[in-house]
Amino acid sequence: MSSADKREPQLLRAYGDREGDGMVQMSFTLKTLPGDRAREAAKRFAEAHGLKDPLVTAMEQVSQEHTYFVAYGHSVHAVDIAAIDVEELGSQPLSRDEIEAMLKKLGRKVVVVGACTGSDAHTVGIDAIVNYKGYDGDKGLESYKGFDAHNLGAQVENVELCARARALGADAILVSQIITQRNCHKENAAALVEMINQQGWRAEVLLLLGGPRIDNKLARELGFDAGFGPGTLPKHVAAFVVEKMEVRLDAPVRKKIG
Amino acid sequence: MALVPVDATRVARCRELAAAVASDVQTFIDGHTTVGVERTVARAYGVEGADPEGTPLANTLVDRIHGRGFTGHGVAYFLGRALAGGEASVQEAAESLAYGGEIAPPGQGPSGDAILAALRAPTAAALARIDSARGARDANIAKHKLGPDPQKYVIVATGNIYDDATQAKAAAFAGADIVAVIRATAQSLLDFVPEGPTTEGYGGTFATQDNFKVIRKALDEIAEETGRYVRQTNYSSGLCMSEIAWMAAVERLDMLLNDAMYGILFRDINMRRTFVDQYFSRRIIARSGIIINTGEDNYLTTADAVESAYTVLASQFINEAFALRAGLKEEQMGLGHAYEIDPWKEDSFLLEVAQAQLVRQIFDRHPIKWMPPTKFKTGDIFHSHVHDAMFNLAGVLTNQSIELLGMFSEQIHTPLLMDRYLSIKSAKYIFGTARHLGDEIQWKPGGIVETRAKETLDRAYDLLVEVERESIWDAIARGAFADVKRTRTGGKGHAGVVPRAAEYLNPLLDVLEAGPSGTAS
Repeated sequence: MSSADKREPQLLRAYGDREGDGMVQMSFTLKTLPGDRAREAAKRFAEAHGLKDPLVTAMEQVSQEHTYFVAYGHSVHAVDIAAIDVEELGSQPLSRDEIEAMLKKLGRKVVVVGACTGSDAHTVGIDAIVNYKGYDGDKGLESYKGFDAHNLGAQVENVELCARARALGADAILVSQIITQRNCHKENAAALVEMINQQGWRAEVLLLLGGPRIDNKLARELGFDAGFGPGTLPKHVAAFVVEKMEVRLDAPVRKKIG
Repeated sequence: MALVPVDATRVARCRELAAAVASDVQTFIDGHTTVGVERTVARAYGVEGADPEGTPLANTLVDRIHGRGFTGHGVAYFLGRALAGGEASVQEAAESLAYGGEIAPPGQGPSGDAILAALRAPTAAALARIDSARGARDANIAKHKLGPDPQKYVIVATGNIYDDATQAKAAAFAGADIVAVIRATAQSLLDFVPEGPTTEGYGGTFATQDNFKVIRKALDEIAEETGRYVRQTNYSSGLCMSEIAWMAAVERLDMLLNDAMYGILFRDINMRRTFVDQYFSRRIIARSGIIINTGEDNYLTTADAVESAYTVLASQFINEAFALRAGLKEEQMGLGHAYEIDPWKEDSFLLEVAQAQLVRQIFDRHPIKWMPPTKFKTGDIFHSHVHDAMFNLAGVLTNQSIELLGMFSEQIHTPLLMDRYLSIKSAKYIFGTARHLGDEIQWKPGGIVETRAKETLDRAYDLLVEVERESIWDAIARGAFADVKRTRTGGKGHAGVVPRAAEYLNPLLDVLEAGPSGTAS
């Protein structure tokens, strides 16, 4: 039983201009040419998505055979946010100084290894988190005194990542998956977890997954310790790692490797 | 036009320094070949097809020669010797060499003269294929209309070439001038070019000769239907950069992503391999009239766009110098750069305009390739659309030639049909509404734009002085470009680089090096 079950319902509807109006905008493309029937089709399409009294505000031909629509309507749906049980990551927003202080208390540097794995060549995510420069004014893990951060870059195969991580004595592995076509990000990430399990050192390492289509729930399902989606800053990852490391080093299960 | 002051002496000096940098590398290039170059020669002579496992004959042939340690003589030598020895065609000669008995060492069999004579007709045929494709392209362009600058360039990336063709036609309908099929992720690291039309690919669609044909056909149809010529783009980069250049040349592509250093920096392909491969690829490109797009925009996705802007300019000088050495005309050099400064930085728009204008003026005959913001894009599509609008305004204001249009769904997914449509619509609006803005204004003397342009040129000059002194090899090794460090023998594909033997034979390269009027002799 989660504590959420005991809470009072707290229903949320989309908020546009007034409480409870449910205003939602949607845009979509249908394979038909513009016209009165197309407009009606768009209206019904919006209604089928739960929009009451939809107004089709734009209808433009976008290809030889497709039309693009914008519709506004009142969503009839509501969600009970009180009934939602999601583990909030970084619920304790830590400052850089606090993170450094916690790292210092650990008594040694925390080794973090990051990579874009498989065929993924897009390093923007992993670079933003690991590299000194960081993102949006928040410096990357390399900039922390208490982290020994390694960015292995793009297109690192799982086998190679495992070998490098073990050689470096990684406490945490950060995997970035940007390309999501046909769910290759999930398969590749799951394969890494399986490989580490088979090699028998899963308990010795924190596994973090990041990317535009990643959230904590998905990452946990795939066997990672946490997932980080859009908007993640280096300090969020740093805070998560240092908090977990505190727990881990208090109750050492970890053999020194590498 | 709203010009920025450019110190012509300093620009001339930058070109001299870049020329010296390229000359140093050219000495290495002229003494080496690679398995990629030799496969290209084999394909140009007509070697085609693959075995049941999908390994192209060009690969089996060159690997066999390479395995014997004979690559330094050139595949042309072995094909020519087999022809002189009685094989009926290049294809049959290649099959015998690839699948037959042990290859005899160089020096045995027919004389050098007989080998050269046997290669004369295949060399002429290879050149004729490039030249006739170029002629057909020129005729098509003359018959139809080309859009005004900035040319609106969009990408398609479904993974399935037939879906790509549908999307390409839709993009052309919406007003795109150029369509690029994004390549499947990691194809740059494959040391072979897949065969046939392909319908599965992650992150994009494989570049294959058959896929090139599918898109060319779709865009030719669009030209007939609409009267507008739509340019086709693909990627001559990675371990097969010269093979793809050949395929693109004969399949009438219009543009190729092709950069002297991109593979080294961003795909960790070996430096020596890349320099040798880029040279041969560009020799083919020069002959074919294809426009290259260089990849300096990528520097700003790893390094900071305010701090490292000068590295883009320095690299453009170097790319230009390498391209000139490979026989390209300035009109074929789509030097790349990008709008990647933090949008929330005050006056970032002025800094972007300063760089774009500076590049426009320094490379005044070059079809400059201007890339959209990506690094600071988030999932907020509405803000993203505004961000792209500012990029479009800078593009038209500074008269960029080729503009890859930003997509509001950048960072989310490969563009949906409507994403691309709305992007093109926005570009059309801004290019129209601000068409002559640059002609109507002048920058404040000593103001932010002028100061920034001067500072960027000065710093690019300083970097070129350093690079020239330490050589490009060492400059890359210390991370002078894009904060990425690479070594001479590190990276992928180094095993495929071989010193040319004294008797190295490559009649095709000889003709390409002889210049635009070169013919097989």
